[in-house]
Amino acid sequence: MEHKRVTLFAGHYGSGKTNIAVNYALKLKKDGEKVVIADLDIVNPYFRTKDSKDVLEKNGIKLISSEFANSNVDFPALPQEMYEVTDNKSEFAVLDIGGDDRGAYALGRYTPSIKEENNYEMLLVINKYRPLTADAESVVEIMREIELAGGIAFTGIVNNSNLGEETTAQTVLNSVEYASEVSRITGLPVKMTSVQQSLYDELKDKIDNVFPLKLQHKITQEV
Amino acid sequence: MAEKVLMKGNEAIAEAAIRCGCLHYFGYPITPQTEVAAYMAKRMPKVGGTFLQAESEVAAINMVIGVSSTGKRVMTSSSSPGVSLKSEGISYLAGCDLPALVVNVQRGGPGLGGIQPSQSDYFQSTKGGGHGDYHNIVLAPASVQEMADLTVKGFELADKYSMVSMILADGTMGQMMEPVDLEIGEVKKYEKPWALTGTKMERAHNIVNSLFLSPEELEKKNFERYDKYKVVEENEVMYEEYLMDDADICLVAFGISARVSKNAVNEARKAGIKAGLIRPITLWPFPKKVLREAADKCKAFICVEMNMGQMIEDVELAIRCKKPVYLCNRTGGMIPDPADVLKMIKDVNEKGGNE
Repeated sequence: MEHKRVTLFAGHYGSGKTNIAVNYALKLKKDGEKVVIADLDIVNPYFRTKDSKDVLEKNGIKLISSEFANSNVDFPALPQEMYEVTDNKSEFAVLDIGGDDRGAYALGRYTPSIKEENNYEMLLVINKYRPLTADAESVVEIMREIELAGGIAFTGIVNNSNLGEETTAQTVLNSVEYASEVSRITGLPVKMTSVQQSLYDELKDKIDNVFPLKLQHKITQEV
Repeated sequence: MAEKVLMKGNEAIAEAAIRCGCLHYFGYPITPQTEVAAYMAKRMPKVGGTFLQAESEVAAINMVIGVSSTGKRVMTSSSSPGVSLKSEGISYLAGCDLPALVVNVQRGGPGLGGIQPSQSDYFQSTKGGGHGDYHNIVLAPASVQEMADLTVKGFELADKYSMVSMILADGTMGQMMEPVDLEIGEVKKYEKPWALTGTKMERAHNIVNSLFLSPEELEKKNFERYDKYKVVEENEVMYEEYLMDDADICLVAFGISARVSKNAVNEARKAGIKAGLIRPITLWPFPKKVLREAADKCKAFICVEMNMGQMIEDVELAIRCKKPVYLCNRTGGMIPDPADVLKMIKDVNEKGGNE
């Protein structure tokens, strides 16, 4: 897909926004762009873009996030340098928005500038295997709540349907119909289907616009 | 088996509770358990249930007492500091012999502590927490699937024995996402003839009460309650044994620490050390018998805990100090590294049974 200057990833919490945002920023960088990634998630202090700080820095991608992220302080504040994403138009910005409408409230103060510049893609990340977004109607409900809270409308969908480590190619294939249904009801195009790297070859000819993900953060130990 | 879904541990608790007939949730947000409340807020109105964000943890637990006394399944959830606030109400639930599910997704303490995972409320959950002689049934999940399964089990045991069941999880368990099967099968229901449902002029009125001013009566109540606890200890102990058949070194760990320990056991086996793991699933009743039996076969024990050494006291008591018990611990929100656990296994293996 063509790159807009600002790409926002929003959706239900736990839908995979952070992981996709990090991977997307890495791809932009690989395509030779100047990239900044911004973590606007001030709701969940546990899993953050900042977890991928090392890999981002190594690749020359600037990370802007709450100085309290991953600290022991449960403090919802954003730094002033966050305005760089709207004010510095010479670089591509990837925005990782917090989950649900609660997470999207923090976006509200940046949306007037983003809309005025009008060079953005606002992507809705969906996962069929998350119980609260398991069908198209539930997705639309959460989507409208996010749009209302963030003051900005979605322009496309990212189908990130997965079952964590138990994801197979069939898991993803079984979600294609679901993504199409969401697309049909909302009138938004499915911009990409994100899959873990290991499934990319198997799926790239079966689904349009497959986007391979390298899982950035893993905390769980195998039982 | 139903199609699996991808859930956070906190969500799995909430969904499993609804599926086994809990239609009343009272809580107050606190990291890292807030998703339980957030999920309930979304789901309860859709299934005709009650979600109420109380003005405080104290208010929430008292609402739980109210609903429980009418015989309905009810729950609350919080994290460590919030559970301290609830402790008075938990003691009242015990004193009234009322069933309820209380979830503690632990974070670091004492005081406000931190928001990262911890297991330092072991004493609080298993030894009381509130005042008076009482026990909670304490269940320690080690996967998102168990967050769901033990929620169902917790409600069943609570109703069966008219006791508080507590899910003792930690921030990692609450936040991590794993595939989970939510098909819970037939839900066991128990008669509650004591419930305050109105006499309909057909029976004498029921009383739910924890105040007994006559010392004889209060003592009798306490003895009766401990007879009940004895039955629970005899019948409801749950644990997992891993590679224990020929183990020289026995690790004991619950929750996320048990997952780390299992990895360390596997690594130790690769290095030729016969290590095994006993994972208590019920922390109360504590799996004393299997530990005592292990003490006859193993050289030494290692307790892996995310606290300053709490369960280790129960292990020492269970094995009657027959063998040395070592502590491998992290606190403050830190999770033990499998490499550190492995190093301890190697050290203890060299020392053998000599302290």
